[in-house]
Amino acid sequence: MHNMEHTAHTVKSYDEELALLVNTIAHMGSLAESQLTSAVQAVVWRDSDLANHVVASDSTIDELEQEVHKQVMRLLALRQPVAIDLRNIVIGLKISSDLERIADYAANLAKRAVVLNQLPTVKPVAGVPRMARLAQELIKDVLIAYVERDENKAVTTWKRDEEMDEMYISLFRELVTYMMEDPRTITACTHLMFMAKNIERIGDHVTNIAESIHFLIEGTLLRGRRPKQDVLASA
Amino acid sequence: MNSRIPPTPLPSLSIQSTQCLRARIRRRHVAERRFRFYGFSAMVLTLAVLVLVFSFILSKSYTAFQENVLSLRIAIDSAMIDSKGNPLTADYRELIQKAVAGLFPAVTDRHDRHLLFSLISEGAPYALRALVTRQRQQAKRDGNIIVDVLLSDEADQFLKGHITAHVSEKERKIKDLQVTWLKELQARGLIHSRFNITLFTAGDSREPELAGILGAVTGSFYLVIVTLGLSFPVGVASAVYLEEFAPRNRLTDMIEVNINNLAAVPSVVFGLLGLAVFLNGLSFPRSAPLVGGFVLSLLILPTIILAARAALKAVPLSIREAALGIGASKMQSILHHVLPLAMPGIMTGTILGLAHALGESAPLLMIGMVAFVVDTPVTLLDPATVLPVQIYLWADSPERAFLEKTAAAIVVLLGFLIAMNTIAIMVRIKFERRW
Amino acid sequence: MSLSSKKDAQRVSLGDSLLVETACAKLAARNVNVFYGEKHAIKDVTLDINCNEVTALIGPSGCGKSTFLRCLNRMNDTIDTCRVTGTITLDGENIYASKVDSVYLRTRVGMVFQKPNPFPKSIFENVAYGPRIHGLTSSRSELESVVLTSLERAGLLEEVRDRLHASGISLSGGQQQRLCIARAIAVSPEVILMDEPCSALDPIATAKIEELIDELQHNFTIVIVTHSMQQAARVSQRTAFFHLGELVECGGTEQIFTNPVNRLTQGYITGRFG
Repeated sequence: MHNMEHTAHTVKSYDEELALLVNTIAHMGSLAESQLTSAVQAVVWRDSDLANHVVASDSTIDELEQEVHKQVMRLLALRQPVAIDLRNIVIGLKISSDLERIADYAANLAKRAVVLNQLPTVKPVAGVPRMARLAQELIKDVLIAYVERDENKAVTTWKRDEEMDEMYISLFRELVTYMMEDPRTITACTHLMFMAKNIERIGDHVTNIAESIHFLIEGTLLRGRRPKQDVLASA
Repeated sequence: MNSRIPPTPLPSLSIQSTQCLRARIRRRHVAERRFRFYGFSAMVLTLAVLVLVFSFILSKSYTAFQENVLSLRIAIDSAMIDSKGNPLTADYRELIQKAVAGLFPAVTDRHDRHLLFSLISEGAPYALRALVTRQRQQAKRDGNIIVDVLLSDEADQFLKGHITAHVSEKERKIKDLQVTWLKELQARGLIHSRFNITLFTAGDSREPELAGILGAVTGSFYLVIVTLGLSFPVGVASAVYLEEFAPRNRLTDMIEVNINNLAAVPSVVFGLLGLAVFLNGLSFPRSAPLVGGFVLSLLILPTIILAARAALKAVPLSIREAALGIGASKMQSILHHVLPLAMPGIMTGTILGLAHALGESAPLLMIGMVAFVVDTPVTLLDPATVLPVQIYLWADSPERAFLEKTAAAIVVLLGFLIAMNTIAIMVRIKFERRW
Repeated sequence: MSLSSKKDAQRVSLGDSLLVETACAKLAARNVNVFYGEKHAIKDVTLDINCNEVTALIGPSGCGKSTFLRCLNRMNDTIDTCRVTGTITLDGENIYASKVDSVYLRTRVGMVFQKPNPFPKSIFENVAYGPRIHGLTSSRSELESVVLTSLERAGLLEEVRDRLHASGISLSGGQQQRLCIARAIAVSPEVILMDEPCSALDPIATAKIEELIDELQHNFTIVIVTHSMQQAARVSQRTAFFHLGELVECGGTEQIFTNPVNRLTQGYITGRFG
């Protein structure tokens, strides 16, 4: 069943429209990824201009989500899709929503970067780029899995959310310790905590996308507990 | 996005020059007009021939529907009829001759008197006897009665102008003397013509003025009844079997081919068959409508089978399936649905076949219906003749008067055939395609 | 791959076992083969039709779905060159056994055809014909009530109540088809077979027939052959996909149209054939 896409629809324009949908989502994905990269750079290099640019660019991704929404409605109304085509189109809606949230979190990251740049540097700030690098990797992997319909890659990415959670927990502990040691850093550390949370949420959305991809290919939901560390207990 | 190659344009008319196009259109119009003209002229030609034939026959026949009679005063005597009203053996011939002689008292020569009396039909005495008996039974008194007596065929033909006095006396049957007398009688107003009911009420006769088609018509009627009664059930049943039940194999194909061949066999052959099998083999009564019916039903059987099969085939399969689908058996689906819907087609074929049979004479000649049959047949086993054969016999007769009678009989036969064909067409139009 | 190879209890795959649902099988076909002379039209089909359910048979032209349908009420008997092997049972009894009367069978398994084919008689006579020839009613009034009930259940009574003696063929296409359904219902069959009943009808008439099928399924078992996959998706609970005379996949309609097991099925329903 995996190689079903290789056979083309008898009506070529149907294939073209589906390809357009996939391309639009892939484009959204790559934009979201670069938003995250830029936002992290804005933190590392304390570049507020870059951060503002990221915030402004968020609207592009929102527009793309609208576009995907439109395409999905059109396909549903005009093509009466079934089976794999139906799954493809429906998850397109879901994935674009997840990608839009990822981009939103990236923009939030940039907003906080602007604030953070007014404050003196704190040591645990290095934890954020580390988490962000992992997030970037996950986003890249999941997008490849989507475009190439690679079920293994999707499942692997799905499982790596555990790593993200571990990183978040350790950064959380570090920040708490830092705040306890030096109360002057509380403001900065709180911002960092929120930023870490944003990145952790990005990881969750990537997991959503991986689940959608699995549903597209296998037609069933991913069973089993979502790999989640009990964040609150270990805090 | 669209990776499809645009198709090569197909040749179109719009790229030709206007002149070229106009010339082409003109040529086409001319050709179409010519084509129509051919069809039209073919139709006109056919109609012209038909009109010619019909008017020729009608022109020859219309005089046959009149007969000339002479009014005679005849003295009736009660001694002629007994108390119970039965005609006694009075000499009616003598009575008539006396009356005729009374019209021309100057004629005394025996030969001349013979000529005079031969102006009257041979059958007049019998007619008089019948008349007197009727009148007597109506309790009329003795006295004189005015009787319209039929003239002989020569006199009749002369009065109709078919025999003229221009030809020399030796070359005609009617003599100058007779001509004189006839003219005299005409002048006296004693001769008038009336509608020829004899033609329709009498059987065949050697005397033309006494000959009628009743026997032939009755024979034809019986023949049609027998033919219908034999060929219709057998034909329809065969068609139903062949169409609905017969398996599609070589044997069935052969049967079909042979039935089609039968339709092409000359009708005389059926007559020979009838002679050999029915008359010689089975000893059926000769010249009877029964035998004729057997022979002709064999003749038209293939026609009926073919027409019935076509009608059955035309009933759509969906009707049969609909019937079977709600649990009707094959017999029920045929009897309740297929056959009623095929009936107009079957009837049309049957009527056409019967019209064909009505006009047949060759096979009937073989089985003896060419005999000179005077009496009108009463049962199916009585000897009879049919209208086409009657026409043939009359056409063969030497008497001048039979010419117009033959034409009249042809007109009557044609009338029947046209009527039957018209009924067939009306049946077809009215009941066509009810599904 | 381990996730996808888990046997889902709701999924039914063919080739191995039979159904796992608890629904009763009204008609059961086992290893049915149909030959038209030399041509092998239906190849080893095993299929169950459940009670009071609508089962749709779909597939491309010439795949044998109509042929299979016609086996279920032995309409193929009318074709000389047709030969059927295997067993088809109705409530457990083999309908191809020699002692079974195919004419009586067709009162239990009725049929509605692709092109509406009412008899060229009055509407009343159309519906009354079946009960009359089978002697189902004993009086005129009983016959009338059967006719009126059948017309009502077919959703036609209101439209023709005042002209029951008009000819059946004077109705519109959709009405004619409902008349044919009423005619089939009038003999109280247990199963109704429908061979592309809506293919000659406009969308509104089609919708009315589909609504009718929804209502009828509570009392009858219905098997419908259709060219339109959307129609199969709308009206049926189970769908069987035929291809080149073979039964490729049979399962719940929802499963077939959201996640079919066989790629041939998926190729057909998504329009990837050819």
